[in-house]
Amino acid sequence: MPELPTSLKGFAHVYERAHINTDEIIPARYLNVHEEAELARHAMEDIDTTFVKRVKPGDVVIAGDNFGCGSSREHAIWALRGAGIKVVVAKSYARIFFRNAINNGFLAIECPEAVEIVKTGDEVEIDLAAGQLRNLTNGKEAGFVPLSDFARELIEDGGLLPHIQKKAKSAA
Amino acid sequence: MGMTITEKILAAHSGRDSVAHGEIVNAKIDLIVAHDVTTPPAVQMLKKLGINKVFDPTKILVTPDHFVPNKDIKSAELAKQLREWREEQGIARYYEIGNHGICHAIAPEQGHVLPGMTVVCGDSHTTTMGALGTFASGIGSTDLAAALATGELWFKVPESMLFELKGSLPFGVYSKDIILYIISKIGVDGARYQAMEYCGDGLKSLTMEARFTITNMAIEAGGKSGIMPADEVAEAYVKARSSESYTIYNSDDDAVYSERFTINLEELEPIVALPDLPSNGRFIGEVAREKMDQVYIGSCTNGRIEDLRIAAQIFKGNKVAAGTRAIVVPATTEIWKTAMREGLLEIFADAGCVVSTATCGACLGGFMGVLGAEEKCLSTTNRNFVGRMGSPKSKVYLASPATAAATAITGTITDPREFLKSAAAKAA
Repeated sequence: MPELPTSLKGFAHVYERAHINTDEIIPARYLNVHEEAELARHAMEDIDTTFVKRVKPGDVVIAGDNFGCGSSREHAIWALRGAGIKVVVAKSYARIFFRNAINNGFLAIECPEAVEIVKTGDEVEIDLAAGQLRNLTNGKEAGFVPLSDFARELIEDGGLLPHIQKKAKSAA
Repeated sequence: MGMTITEKILAAHSGRDSVAHGEIVNAKIDLIVAHDVTTPPAVQMLKKLGINKVFDPTKILVTPDHFVPNKDIKSAELAKQLREWREEQGIARYYEIGNHGICHAIAPEQGHVLPGMTVVCGDSHTTTMGALGTFASGIGSTDLAAALATGELWFKVPESMLFELKGSLPFGVYSKDIILYIISKIGVDGARYQAMEYCGDGLKSLTMEARFTITNMAIEAGGKSGIMPADEVAEAYVKARSSESYTIYNSDDDAVYSERFTINLEELEPIVALPDLPSNGRFIGEVAREKMDQVYIGSCTNGRIEDLRIAAQIFKGNKVAAGTRAIVVPATTEIWKTAMREGLLEIFADAGCVVSTATCGACLGGFMGVLGAEEKCLSTTNRNFVGRMGSPKSKVYLASPATAAATAITGTITDPREFLKSAAAKAA
């Protein structure tokens, strides 16, 4: 399995509001499918109808507190990943969203100040080794909470299922 | 150091004498509940990995509930995949259309949930089942796949918050008002990552049905679980439905809680949570009498028989207001049948309500009562986020079944107590 990259660069989509919920990330009317490409066409639809038109592979979503609250639908992760989002950086996360993220090997970073120093369209660099987010457009920086060892291991293994398989193999 | 119920259940299921909050444990799962939306992706993940057998078909319960009876072709495919998979796996505990129900309501109703168990389901309202002294938590599809394959799942042992309910509920005030009150005090992230544990004489005074409404909404405060000690009321409920043995865990006197709250039930009044957050609860006296296009009574939160009885008491001899639609959705087939035998369905129909078969339906904007732009709905469901019940331009107000029924009759947000008084006078 690949090691985590030491840093990622991408353009930001900023949603400052707290409690952006899974109904906004992927409305339930689209839960009759679970293919990422299909879900991606409706990502963030109920909060920002322009998101899918603007999003590019490698982009970053930056958000406020309790991001991803509400339903347990993993479709929220799949919709964002399908749309090309590489990492979400939020002030804090609802627990099922965070759990789903690491279970999918998807990076969800907790950075309380990101929404304050980044505007939509800014280019950001996320230095995972140093635990720093840099706004390459305005030069501002903010530290983030390092991933726990457990979360890091899951993400490095590519998610929960590959992680379990790896463990089963090493036990055999 | 003492342990909470939650810590004791997680310790017992991970082969440990004790656990402390913050630790990551791998816990054995006693019951996995599977429905039509989050299960098919999990099944697909397992097939892709070449895992063709679940760990133990006797520990799985399957019921389609979200988009059934099939709302459209894609939903029909999901329900079909669920049906075929359970057949292939030989899962006996299956509730097909005609016997089905909303998973969090049917699992305890049919005696599959026992005190001391660990229960998971790919659905955030799994917390409901914690009212029986069970650790029950919502998970995603990857977790579901892992649990189906191995019978275990990782958990960070949560901190617990303790809510002591004191006294008894005043006339016209219900358990929905208690949980809306609590969420209005602590916020939609007030219990993030935590177990919401309840205790007190006020809890003892509540029926099982009323208790499920409270634990159901733990997730609306961000909680990992809601849990209540299994007392005589819980045991009577379980024994009427199951002959299996179980273990009751109680929190130690010196268990550690992150926070403690006392709720004096006598001080509560009917509450309405205004759009667009479940934490926007206001006592009904402070809520404007806005006109509602729709009233919805149902869901895993408030679609149980007691809820329907309360609503019927108010609807009896009254009519739904012109310009308002009222939709009643019993949470399970069994509840539907009981409501029929008790004559409740006739009361609803005579009042001008639509009565549906059990489904999650419009609670999550699926079908059977989806809202159009600018429409307003007062609902007994659990969540009033933007677009939750349909158009992102619609608005949802959360309240108890009594407040919902009174609102349907007047067409504007209405205090149920006047209606309940006159219903009581008529009955006397």
